[in-house]
Amino acid sequence: MAQPIIRIRDLRTQFDQFVIHQDLNLEVQQGEILSLVGGSGSGKTTLLRQMLGLERPTRGRVEVFGEDIHEVGGVQLRRLRNRWGMLFQHGALFSALTALDNVAQPMRELGALPEDLIRDAALLKLDMVGITPKDAQKMPSDLSGGMVKRVALARALALEPELLFLDEPTAGLDPDLSESFVSLIRSLHQQMRLTVVMVTHDLDTLFALSTKIAVLAEKRVIALGPPQEVIALPHSFIQRFFLGERGQRALEVLRDKEMEPNHGK
Amino acid sequence: MPNEQAPTLSISKGTQPAVAAAGRWQVNALADPATMRALRNALQTLPKDAGTWDLTQVTGLDHIGAQLFWNAWGKSRPRRLALAPEHEEVFQRIEQSGALTLPPPEKRPWYSLRGISLLLHDFSGHLVSFVGLIGQLALDLGTFVRRPLRGPWKEISAHIFHIGYQALGITALVGFLIGVVLSYLSAQQLHTFGGDIYLVNILGMSIVRELGPLLAAILVAGRSGSAITAQLGVMRVTEELDAMLVMGMPHGFRLIMPRVLALAVSMPLLVVWTDAIALLGGMAAAKLELGLSATYFLQELPAAVPLPNYWIGLGKGVVFGCLIALVACHFGLRIKPNTESLGQGTTLSVVTAITVVILADAVFAIVFKGVGF
Repeated sequence: MAQPIIRIRDLRTQFDQFVIHQDLNLEVQQGEILSLVGGSGSGKTTLLRQMLGLERPTRGRVEVFGEDIHEVGGVQLRRLRNRWGMLFQHGALFSALTALDNVAQPMRELGALPEDLIRDAALLKLDMVGITPKDAQKMPSDLSGGMVKRVALARALALEPELLFLDEPTAGLDPDLSESFVSLIRSLHQQMRLTVVMVTHDLDTLFALSTKIAVLAEKRVIALGPPQEVIALPHSFIQRFFLGERGQRALEVLRDKEMEPNHGK
Repeated sequence: MPNEQAPTLSISKGTQPAVAAAGRWQVNALADPATMRALRNALQTLPKDAGTWDLTQVTGLDHIGAQLFWNAWGKSRPRRLALAPEHEEVFQRIEQSGALTLPPPEKRPWYSLRGISLLLHDFSGHLVSFVGLIGQLALDLGTFVRRPLRGPWKEISAHIFHIGYQALGITALVGFLIGVVLSYLSAQQLHTFGGDIYLVNILGMSIVRELGPLLAAILVAGRSGSAITAQLGVMRVTEELDAMLVMGMPHGFRLIMPRVLALAVSMPLLVVWTDAIALLGGMAAAKLELGLSATYFLQELPAAVPLPNYWIGLGKGVVFGCLIALVACHFGLRIKPNTESLGQGTTLSVVTAITVVILADAVFAIVFKGVGF
């Protein structure tokens, strides 16, 4: 098997007396869409932040693209950061910049690309997420919640990342928008050959997108595998999480999806 | 390794000019300044109608690299193009989205009719909402007086603590130093006329009537005015203001009136404090420079500064305090939920508060020109 994109080894996270992760191991392979699920307070977002290098674990290694991101520094870390994109839960757009400038900012930061190329490339990225040039000139405060998320996704994709992190990609969107956001991510995943790691509570999104699910409980990853296998496990948390009434409804999506075996390649 | 990956262009000139591209046309490789400069130079020297493009040697291509080709082609597919099948999709995507151009920005000089009318509209908007704020405050005070037990006492006392008590240190420091400076300056001048003993009059009058209230007001405007604006602004950003309205807690009664009352109470107290410390500084400097004893200074002070001046100073404190609070609240409530607006609003609030204080000071000077001498 090829080298995993993300490899987490024996991770331990502790805030004062609270142990959040203990002996946590996780691997993400190229091309996967991995969903992290777990009860609230189980440290999903903390784990995501540790993968991004925003937080340092108490012990253990977090390797992204084969390098321990808490050891590398300087130029190497910057180069590493250009290879991934992150979609924050509330977009985290720079409110002082227009939507277009928000997407152009990571490209400008490289300091080498000509301005006309940056503008065209940013407009193309915005077009990919369904934002017209007219809306591109608006400030983030003038955009609706769904549009903010789309622009934020375009910004996360600005530098053609190989790895995309999503924190609650569909939280706060109405069902219609969620649906189109899910299919947007799916089509981008195919077009740009992305590896995606996401944290989500939304079971519909979870089953519609994931090729793999990692379940965080008891301070570690208790299950990692394709959705069908994970939900079949007899663990009590998994049973409660996936097989409640809401889960049953969402599962129908999964059954439908099995009809079209192409997805996820 | 990097050499064989770097994106390159080779142009063969002849009757049929042909361009061959090779390497990795991806953003990470293109982001190297030297590579990018070489590519741009090569693309600029390209003949207008380059015949054949051979992209089969390109090992990696992303949307940014493809866009670079696309722009070089004049945003249309060249007639003779050899392309690896796996790169077809990227160009299709660009072609599909068509010409994406930004609509031209609306240019409007500030002195145009529309620009001026917008400015006026903005200014009158501020004026109307400020007057509205004062009116609301009057109504809220009425409610407070009718039912004093249901008033926001806790908020008022918390604000007095933050705005008054916690400002004691900084006002004392600045007051003392200004007293010293003023004393030294006037002592030198008075000494040349032999009028050393008038130092008490100069210091007493200027500090009690003018400098004490003004210094305290400027410090409080910078310290608490900005804090009030930022607090209300952040409450707007986090939707706390809306939450209060929904739960039936009016902004005026719960947010603005407590702050205005707290400033109206603490400002005169701060004025007395600043006066006292500044006189102390003046006294210390007078002792060192002119040898005027502290006892003489204190004995002379009541005669040199008639009582009405103290009342004017205190009155200024109350008025300045109310003005600072109102201006800060006014700008705080107008902040829009974004970081840019928060910064602008806070700056504008402090600048306006200080200007308004000095304006009010001028009004005091004119109105009380015959009082207290």
